[in-house]
Amino acid sequence: MENSISNCLSVSASNLTALLVIGIVTVFVIRVLYVLHRSARPRHPNSSSQQHLSTLIVLGSGGHTAEMINLLNVLQKERFKPRYYIAAATDNMSLQKAQVLENSLLDDQGGREKVVGSAHYMQIYRSREVGQSYLTSVGTTLLAIAHALWLMIKIRPQVILCNGPGTCIPICVIAFIFKVFGIRWSYIFYVESIARVKRLSLSALLLYKLRMADQLFVQWPQLKNKYPRAHYVGRLM
Amino acid sequence: MAEVEKDLEARRTVFVTVGTTRFDSLVRAMDTPEVKEELFRKGYTHLQIQMGRGSYIPTKSTGEVGCLDVDYFTFSSSIAEYLRSASLVISHAGSGSIFETLRLQKPLIVVVNEDLMDNHQSELAEELAERKHLYCARPQTLHQTIAAMELGSLIPYQPGDAKPVARLINNFLGFPEE
Repeated sequence: MENSISNCLSVSASNLTALLVIGIVTVFVIRVLYVLHRSARPRHPNSSSQQHLSTLIVLGSGGHTAEMINLLNVLQKERFKPRYYIAAATDNMSLQKAQVLENSLLDDQGGREKVVGSAHYMQIYRSREVGQSYLTSVGTTLLAIAHALWLMIKIRPQVILCNGPGTCIPICVIAFIFKVFGIRWSYIFYVESIARVKRLSLSALLLYKLRMADQLFVQWPQLKNKYPRAHYVGRLM
Repeated sequence: MAEVEKDLEARRTVFVTVGTTRFDSLVRAMDTPEVKEELFRKGYTHLQIQMGRGSYIPTKSTGEVGCLDVDYFTFSSSIAEYLRSASLVISHAGSGSIFETLRLQKPLIVVVNEDLMDNHQSELAEELAERKHLYCARPQTLHQTIAAMELGSLIPYQPGDAKPVARLINNFLGFPEE
């Protein structure tokens, strides 16, 4: 008699656990689908009561940084502030270039930080160096993700601007997870490098296929034909 | 016009740049008698090689009669100066070097590095070559490209514009048009 009662209890307990797991997974899947659905939809104009958005700018290196600086030159700084610049730990040039840009803004404004907003500079471990094999990339990518998580918890940006290479992938993945868990809603913009004419880079392809970028811009019409959800914007350089 | 040409004839420099990469097969190709003779035949007098992290050291030459003056260095903070004073630029396929040279309206030969693992770089060079903004070569075919090139037929590059991207980002975020 006692045995059958305890049996009965344990069965219902395991049923309950199963139900709970199924429930959580369902809620989670629905939430992911909702986030995917709401991403790639413009921000509602009514929410523009907030006049400026904190912006994370992921600088690539060399040519990537030059393209990003060209974009930053025409963006309205009073809307995209404060600005957080992140570059690979092995790349000293990119943050310097960003600093030159920010200093010129301050000079234009007579040193008034209120208008253009403040700028912050950070370095991040890179997931893959040019020429590194794909196998050893796994370990370095894990390290890069942990570091990116730490930085993202500190910054929690509302807008993310990136244009490759791999440095931006951990950041975009974490931003997406933040959206799913309701930690922070962000808008992710990816500008594919002008060097990509026929095929998307691995970073862009990932963000495109997983629909993690709200908008993905390409600089050559051939790419727009191949990837219809991308936006063709002409050359930045 | 004739005076300008005379002035240019005094010193016509070919500037080779590999950026921050190593590209020994390009430096080696520049060091071959075929390439140097072809450049000399085209009227160039000086050859400056920025060899970056490469390990192949080209032969220096002080430019006796009938041959090129050759010099090299690894890195310089004033690459822009070298580009500006060059009559012809031979560059690796990095987009930074390509667009810096095109913006200065200098004739350009881009040499694609076939040793790179993920060789997407040739895409840009080939597209721009198709649009006649530059010549695209491989290290082995460089001397043929130099022999066959007609710099007059190159079309000046019109710089791009970042405003369309900025406009789309602003629209998406619900910011009003300027």
